Amino acid sequence: MEEHNHGHDAHTQVGDSHEMTSYEKRAGAILSLLTEKGVVASDEIWRAIDDMDSRTPALGAKVVARAWVDPEFKAQLLTDTKAALTELDVDIGSLNTVVALENTDKVHNVVVCTLCSCYPRTILGVPPDWYKSLSYRSRVVVDPRGVLREFGLELDPDVEVRVYDSTADIRYLVIPSRPAGTEAATEDELAGLVSRDSMIGVAMASAPGK
Amino acid sequence: MDRRVHDRGGWPEAGPINRGQHDLALWEKQTDALHRVLSGPGKHKWRVDELRRAIESIGRDEYESAGYYGRWITAIETLLVERGILSREEIDRRVEDTDEQVK
Repeated sequence: MEEHNHGHDAHTQVGDSHEMTSYEKRAGAILSLLTEKGVVASDEIWRAIDDMDSRTPALGAKVVARAWVDPEFKAQLLTDTKAALTELDVDIGSLNTVVALENTDKVHNVVVCTLCSCYPRTILGVPPDWYKSLSYRSRVVVDPRGVLREFGLELDPDVEVRVYDSTADIRYLVIPSRPAGTEAATEDELAGLVSRDSMIGVAMASAPGK
Repeated sequence: MDRRVHDRGGWPEAGPINRGQHDLALWEKQTDALHRVLSGPGKHKWRVDELRRAIESIGRDEYESAGYYGRWITAIETLLVERGILSREEIDRRVEDTDEQVK
């Protein structure tokens, strides 16, 4: 498998250069034919690319920070995620159902899509390459603690780990625990502590000053 | 149990997770955009489940070597051909024409 042979190559997920060239060529051919036939307009494609580029984990971080400072918002986020996100003007786009999962001292949630790459893209942007990798999809459901250790996260043995497998219809957003020592932090400062990985569940939110 | 190639949960041969990240190439973004535009409002050429079905029908070797957007563009091509929007031949021809221009 390619992932084993080229473990240190950041471009592993794309395949080798020959294959990449042939897929790239077919993509170019398909796009030019569809544009000529008027099936798609070039500016529709650019708008979709702009929309994709505009969505980043900062959106999710804003949601988490609000949940940390506003218990009522958090309660709503955990029971009716869509409504809470709408209230915060976070557009979930074409996603059907988004479920927020709260990490606590006793429960740690981590998200995967074993079948493909389902991810709350409209809130976190495109998924990282590792999330789409065959290894992560395979392993996190059978050995979550081992995988988290690989990400540098050692969980207490008495913390329960729950792995959520996403589907096309249900996407998950992890609400990491609020780091200690942040009582005086502003909402914006708190948002700065919330990494993409902490909202997938493979990391904790950062401690202040780190 | 006979498993389909996309059904990776607990797949036995999985190795370490490569955490390297690449910036999406333009063709990868275009491929992503193509699916969203064609399945989106006003077009409705297919639904996301149909893209997945087309991805999941890719043979094992290609599934594992194509890379993420390689699988996507392969699936998009399958759906376009199935629906008669494009033919395999005209895509092949366009690829050849582009090769000629580059030479």
